[in-house]
Amino acid sequence: MSEATKSLTAHVTLIETGAEVVSAAFLGRTPAFACVDGTILFNEIGEERRVTPHPDAAILVAQSDGSRFITGGDDGLILATGVDHVSTQLGDEKGKWIDALALGRDGAVAWSVTKTVRARDAKGEIKTFTAPSSARGLAFIQKGYRLAVTHYNGVSLWFPNMAAEPDVLKWAGSHLDVVVSPDARFVISAMQENSLHGWRIADKKDMRMTGYPAKTRSFSWSHDGQWLATSGAEACVIWPFQSKDGPMGKPPRECGVRPVRVSRVAFHPSALIVALGYEDGWVMLCRMTDASEILVRSVSGVAPDEKGRAVSALAWNNDGRRLVYGTEDGQAGVLDLPA
Amino acid sequence: MTDKVPVTVLTGYLGAGKTTLLNRILSEQHGRKFAVIVNEFGEIGIDNDLVVGADEEVFEMNNGCICCTVRGDLIRILEGLMKRRGKFDAIIVETTGLADPAPVAQTFFVDQDVQDRAWLDAVVTVADAKWLSDRLKDAPEAKNQVAFADVIILNKIDLVSEGELKEVEARIRAINPYAKLHRTTRCQVPLDAVLGRNAFDLDRILEIEPEFLQVDDHDHDHGHDHHDHGHGLKHYHDEEMQSVSFRIEGDVDPNKFMPWINELVQKEGPNILRSKGILSFRNEAKRFVFQGVHMILDGDLQRDWKPGEKRESKVVFIGRNLKKDELEKGFLATAA
Ligand SMILES: [Zn+2]
Repeated sequence: MSEATKSLTAHVTLIETGAEVVSAAFLGRTPAFACVDGTILFNEIGEERRVTPHPDAAILVAQSDGSRFITGGDDGLILATGVDHVSTQLGDEKGKWIDALALGRDGAVAWSVTKTVRARDAKGEIKTFTAPSSARGLAFIQKGYRLAVTHYNGVSLWFPNMAAEPDVLKWAGSHLDVVVSPDARFVISAMQENSLHGWRIADKKDMRMTGYPAKTRSFSWSHDGQWLATSGAEACVIWPFQSKDGPMGKPPRECGVRPVRVSRVAFHPSALIVALGYEDGWVMLCRMTDASEILVRSVSGVAPDEKGRAVSALAWNNDGRRLVYGTEDGQAGVLDLPA
Repeated sequence: MTDKVPVTVLTGYLGAGKTTLLNRILSEQHGRKFAVIVNEFGEIGIDNDLVVGADEEVFEMNNGCICCTVRGDLIRILEGLMKRRGKFDAIIVETTGLADPAPVAQTFFVDQDVQDRAWLDAVVTVADAKWLSDRLKDAPEAKNQVAFADVIILNKIDLVSEGELKEVEARIRAINPYAKLHRTTRCQVPLDAVLGRNAFDLDRILEIEPEFLQVDDHDHDHGHDHHDHGHGLKHYHDEEMQSVSFRIEGDVDPNKFMPWINELVQKEGPNILRSKGILSFRNEAKRFVFQGVHMILDGDLQRDWKPGEKRESKVVFIGRNLKKDELEKGFLATAA
């Protein structure tokens, strides 16, 4: 980092969640943290409120739709919890671990338990698809009602409301997380072998995106859908998707270079600014236009017990004035950008 | 490795006594909490708070190389278990009777996230004293399980004669002379014979395997024939699976050894189930220790050679159809 690095650390409100943060989000105006100990912490004005939608269980996956937190636990439950602290059950897998979760438009929710993939539409109707092997990643395609499901040797594109066999995008190896471009043209999966694989849906054309020292476990699209930020390297790797060929033949951009791997990425909702969380607990903002960096959280200390644990959750609010983060050791914060 | 969790892998044929051993570990080890990963078609019930069903999803890495396989379900389950850190202090993985232990072991070498959070303590194979001899003749998975084992529990010895027992032990030794072998009935074995072995820890490769220190010079003098060893053990030669070991009295040249071993496992990896070695590199104060599973190698400089300790270099290979002469020639050529 350059000496000119600016700091916003004085604008961060610190919160202790007491357990690893699985996902952080703003539910309306309220910062909320879904934690591995089965609880959700609401950082309401003047007080913290904690609810326990998954008693005696762990939250394994969680995502917010802006007004509710959808959580999947090792108790097999899929729950939706709102700012009113009321939880509604969306699914029950009888004690089996929920491996993956995806939210679609209009209240659709999908989850997976090993090979079993379920899609629940807003009306509550649940459809089931059995993947050829464990489904590690799910993502809705924002066009129609269609779900991308990763598994060994590829990604299946499933229409829950159609009887037809899913379309399969093939590539040898184990595919983990998956994202679909907002314009519904590209599917990108993270692979076991520290690389990304992409397909153009229209013609199933392959794209290899390699060079990562670790698995990519966090993706974020820019507001205009033209850039894809990724974790898994000692910088945020950002792939260009402006052209009809996607990133083919074009080098990615890098920002936030540090001697520590990026663990979470989150693009700003209206500007080419990406928030980065690192494996040592640091959080930074990077502006793509001039590569400038602003520090949000740093962790000092060299002894093992003084070292920060990885940032495990990162999210902006709707207008991009506020950012929440959470770490594996239960340290969280809310950044309020100065006016 | 302070906050890494030790993992013990239990292999063995259906009916050999794997579940008996598992339940013994769980019931006797007071004050220790285990997470148990069982295959979904297990033998009988397991009495433990944290039991996770696995589906043994094996997949190929390294562009589809058939020996470079890992257990995808294990990677997923370990990731989930680590979210419950603090609720257990060790993990036991039970595999199905027909499972090849290699993908389980390789999972711990290949996946960085798994390596960061857990370490493989030992592969423990439970074998039925009455049936193992037959299985070694007709079932390749039985050979794999013996070849891979760090600890072999030869169970149900009350059902065989002393002569039969000696025969089955000789057959085991023909494949894997380096494993700790325990004769038991109902898996009655001290738990520290099974847990806390550190068998895959490079630091301890020698300490827990005194047999490894006594590389049998016999073989070099007389060839690998079917002779009697003098302690009443018939010496069998398994036609397909063997272990071979070689020694150099003194240093090897790392600039010769490293290319040789890397090329060897690339070429012969599918046939080499496990490899281990302790080497004295020229002008190096520390011992170099390595181990491997098929094509995957892990090696490092370890503690200093002690004053008065004899500096020598030894390697061991356990595998299928090993070309003994070629291996020996190749290794001896790395001498400094
Ligand atoms: Zn291989």
